[in-house]
Amino acid sequence: MFLTKLFRTIKYGFLRFWREGSLSMATVAIVFLVLVGFGGLLLFNAISNKTLGYIQDKVDISVYFKTDANEDEIIRMQKSLQQMAEVRSVEYISKDRALEIFKERNANDPKISQALGVVDANPFGAYLNIKARELKDYAAINAYLDKDAFKSEVDKISYTESAAVIERLKKIKTTVEQSAFVLLIFIVATAALIIFNTIKLAIHSNRDEIGIMRLVGASNYFIRGPFLVEGILYGILGGVMATLVIGGGIYYFSPYMRIFVPDLDGWNYFISNSFRFLAYEAFFGILLGVVSSYIAVRKYLNI
Amino acid sequence: MINFQNVSKIYQSNSHETIALDDATFRILPKEFVSLVGKSGAGKSTIIKLLIAEEKPSKGKVTMGNYEVAKLKLKELPSLRRRVGVIFQDFRLLPNKTAAENVAFALEVAGRTQEEIEEYVPQAMEMVGLKDKMRNFPKELSGGEKQRVAIARSMINHPDVLIADEPTGNLDPINTWDIIKLLLKINELGTTIILATHNKDIVNFLDRRVISLENGRVIRDEQKGKYILV
Ligand SMILES: Nc1ncnc2c1ncn2[C@@H]1O[C@H](COP(=O)(O)OP(=O)(O)OP(=O)(O)O)[C@@H](O)[C@H]1O
Ligand SMILES: [Mg+2]
Repeated sequence: MFLTKLFRTIKYGFLRFWREGSLSMATVAIVFLVLVGFGGLLLFNAISNKTLGYIQDKVDISVYFKTDANEDEIIRMQKSLQQMAEVRSVEYISKDRALEIFKERNANDPKISQALGVVDANPFGAYLNIKARELKDYAAINAYLDKDAFKSEVDKISYTESAAVIERLKKIKTTVEQSAFVLLIFIVATAALIIFNTIKLAIHSNRDEIGIMRLVGASNYFIRGPFLVEGILYGILGGVMATLVIGGGIYYFSPYMRIFVPDLDGWNYFISNSFRFLAYEAFFGILLGVVSSYIAVRKYLNI
Repeated sequence: MINFQNVSKIYQSNSHETIALDDATFRILPKEFVSLVGKSGAGKSTIIKLLIAEEKPSKGKVTMGNYEVAKLKLKELPSLRRRVGVIFQDFRLLPNKTAAENVAFALEVAGRTQEEIEEYVPQAMEMVGLKDKMRNFPKELSGGEKQRVAIARSMINHPDVLIADEPTGNLDPINTWDIIKLLLKINELGTTIILATHNKDIVNFLDRRVISLENGRVIRDEQKGKYILV
């Protein structure tokens, strides 16, 4: 009984969608545009987060010690740095480890291995790799390291300037996202209005049929249901189309993205998240369709 | 089983009032065949609208069985309308459905299964003598045939009452008599019939109960009535 009713409601929703023809298509197109915008924003957020994370991970402060620096001093400095709230990690690379790393890196270069063989003593100093919790924390750590107390042991401090640049990038990203969001709200409102109008027109042009439905004893649910189904269809179709188009776009641009961020494989990222992405798109599309058609039905389909 | 108790209906439209029904009281028993007669604007359709809860009375009570029609909740209206079949002068068929689909529609909205639909629809089409035109669309049917489809649809849920508002208004005499004979047959099978009509010949032929209306008032209610022009 319930399934029969549900099935019929869906059937009549499809029929109505089909009969409306070009109006349905135009409405789907609008929903599609909104969802491309929505999906684009989602992706922009995901990709820029990933990119920034990648760049951010490359930022650190390295403190190089003199070759004859006292190891106890270095450990003490590491400990004191680790106590700082701003510091996420401090990695200690001893003289020997520094040499090893250098050797590993240049294993393929016989000249360098040869040159190293000639020198008995280890020419490398130990160093500390410091990573901050947040980009803005680097300034504080830098100031701390700048104290005279450390000067005797330290050879030089390399502070990657990119921190400030990244901070700027982040601000730009936030601004872009915020303005896109505001813009999206406007498109969403427009789309909602268009669906609302489509359903309103559908109700208007079907008022004879609705009258007959009432006459033969159709329940509210049976009369209203198909219009809601129509709204849901706009959402689903728009969502699927938007996902396909965005997927195509990513497939096309993925190689270019990798130039900027080697870690970022846009296409694979999209594929591995495509179901979730489609679910978001469909959910948002259905929400849009249901809410606007429900309001239209409530307003224009008084039973 | 149908009871009008001092019922008045006043329509308000841009500050002027129309009294469509004025203190009407009558009772219709099960299996009766009642004609509502009166000039245009006398209030016949108003009585029908009150019966199917399309309008609410301004005064008085309309009851059907144990229910006061105006007090039914929105949710209860569909089941009332399934217990009352209605046909109109303009047939009110869905143009994009075949005759059989139009009839099936009344079962669909009642939540009947596909098997039931396949069983009952041909029976109903048989009853109205249109079994060979089941697949025709309304535009491929004559007026009389369209009205018979509408009757099949109104009867398919086995209502207790069949209300006919000027059902023969658009039909030629031959089709008119076919429809009236069909209504008589339905009445013999046990359904109450309420027929609103202008047609003097029909009323006189029927020789059944006649309620005469004039300006919204019941002016005559006779068991074996005639159509009397005032
Ligand atoms: N919705 C409405 N608003 C205002 N007045 C109305 C409305 N419906 C009907 N009336 C008025 O109520 C009166 C009775 O109308 P009703 O439709 O009951 O007449 P009727 O007897 O069915 O006439 P006919 O034989 O022409 O169908 C008429 O004067 C009509 O103009
Ligand atoms: Mg009338």
